[in-house]
Amino acid sequence: MIGLTHYLTVAAILFTIGIFGIFLNRKNVIVIMMSIELILLSVNINLVAFSFYLHDLTGQVFALLILTVAAGEAAIGLAILVTYFRNRGTIAVEDINMMKG
Amino acid sequence: MSIFQQLGAAAALPEILLAIMAMVLLLEGVFVTAHTPNTIRWGAIASMVAVAGLVIWKSGSGSVEAFGGAFVADGFARLMKVLALLGGAVTLAMSGKYLARTRMDSEEYPVLIMLASVGMMVMISAGDLISLYVGLELQSLPLYVIAAINRDNAKSSEAGLKYFVLGALSSGMLLYGASLVYGFTGHTDFAGISAALAKTGATPGVVFGLVFIITGLAFKVSAVPFHMWTPDVYEGAPTPVTAFFAAAPKIAAIALFARVMVGPFAGVTHSWQQVVIFISIASMAFGAVAAIGQSNIKRLMAYSSIANMGFALVGLAAGTVEGVEGLIVYMLIYLATTLGTFACIMAMRRKGIYVEQISDLAGLSRNDKGLAFVLAMLMFSMAGIPPLAGFFGKLFVFLAAVKAGLYVLAVLGVVASVIGAYYYLRIVKLIYFDEAAEKFDGADMELAIVAYASLAFVLGFIVFAQPLVNLASAAAKSLF
Repeated sequence: MIGLTHYLTVAAILFTIGIFGIFLNRKNVIVIMMSIELILLSVNINLVAFSFYLHDLTGQVFALLILTVAAGEAAIGLAILVTYFRNRGTIAVEDINMMKG
Repeated sequence: MSIFQQLGAAAALPEILLAIMAMVLLLEGVFVTAHTPNTIRWGAIASMVAVAGLVIWKSGSGSVEAFGGAFVADGFARLMKVLALLGGAVTLAMSGKYLARTRMDSEEYPVLIMLASVGMMVMISAGDLISLYVGLELQSLPLYVIAAINRDNAKSSEAGLKYFVLGALSSGMLLYGASLVYGFTGHTDFAGISAALAKTGATPGVVFGLVFIITGLAFKVSAVPFHMWTPDVYEGAPTPVTAFFAAAPKIAAIALFARVMVGPFAGVTHSWQQVVIFISIASMAFGAVAAIGQSNIKRLMAYSSIANMGFALVGLAAGTVEGVEGLIVYMLIYLATTLGTFACIMAMRRKGIYVEQISDLAGLSRNDKGLAFVLAMLMFSMAGIPPLAGFFGKLFVFLAAVKAGLYVLAVLGVVASVIGAYYYLRIVKLIYFDEAAEKFDGADMELAIVAYASLAFVLGFIVFAQPLVNLASAAAKSLF
């Protein structure tokens, strides 16, 4: 029987993979965007699972709003990435170093 | 009864009007051919000032809720909204000539600032985890775009990209925390969370979620250890954009921080107080030390704002009415000083080219006495030298911390303030005692007005402090 704990565990694993994907990845900014999506989707799994077990619809409404905002966020991220690529001719993570930070 | 009345949407009228005005100006920019970007910019300024006026005008109506408690308009929200709108309007007014000279005067820029302001207002008024998230994103998404608004500049694009990646990460962390808080309390509205916590106390699941929420919020206020985006974004973004970033979003983010901590999580103060104390001390110390080695004035302002957020969080760490009152006064003074300083930075123009190295200010007192005096006074104020405004800001937050028994925090804050004074005073020394560099072109009128208004505020704060403190105290009380 799959219970709430299983869902939460999957979500926590996905969340951790997302975080590590952002910090350990040395290759490509697109991978970072994918990691961000992974984080948001792990949150959605959490919310939907909680919503089901609490018999409360709010969590699912929240999940739908997150999906919508995530779409807009990805669009803006890719647009900024395109302007960056036009200026620098690369999207490798290790080249994003014009300013030390 | 219309749906508008059923939802109680009248409380959100200022936000709705500002959003509509943003759409109207965007359409005007697209369809009316005989316009200049300046018309749109002044339209945006006028609507933001008008909306701020509307917020003030409705301030008699106490605490009103809309959309089933997801949106709260109380005294605290109104005051912070007016500050955020003023910050946005003033930076827009300052940016006209800069944008025209650097050929960045697009129609989208004022519209994006307006949309970000709508997001800030929703954030400040959030009464539910959902409206908190939507407001935060509505604020952040336009900010990512305006950081990268100079499309042909590699630094600006890089600033936008870094801001986007770290901003999205912080939103993700905040959401993960929100999902846990929802799961373990069964509510997303602040009142419900607060009631559930009163019954169960701080369960491990809630504390875990709370820590993630604090992480997300600390990113937005650029508190250490989540500050790494700030110096790069401040340096890479065009100066008017940096001025906006330093002013309005900081007000909104710290207001949201205060609302979340003393609202739904007031019952579990001991769970978050240690965390806020830690990020407050870390921000003050790091901001003071890291600013010393900087040569770019925008980077210096970034570290200065990190330190300032640390001082503001001292007030929040106290978790009392006095603490929040000190926080509000601190942010008010921070806003006025920051706007004035950025007006001076935007006046640093030599033969038509904007310069931003600290060494460019050398010997400014011999070339431009007025600007030199304004900048020196603002630096003295930020260093916290009495009787200037910055001293009182720090005094209020430290007094609140001492009253709450946080002696160590207050002492460390004073020490950090002394270390921080070094780099502020270094600029004053550079302006008055160093070999004069080449003359600046002379400040534009808007910049001069903002700079002298800021000077008047900093010098005169001691005279009109009482009404401002009363205002802040009434606002702080409405939050509890």
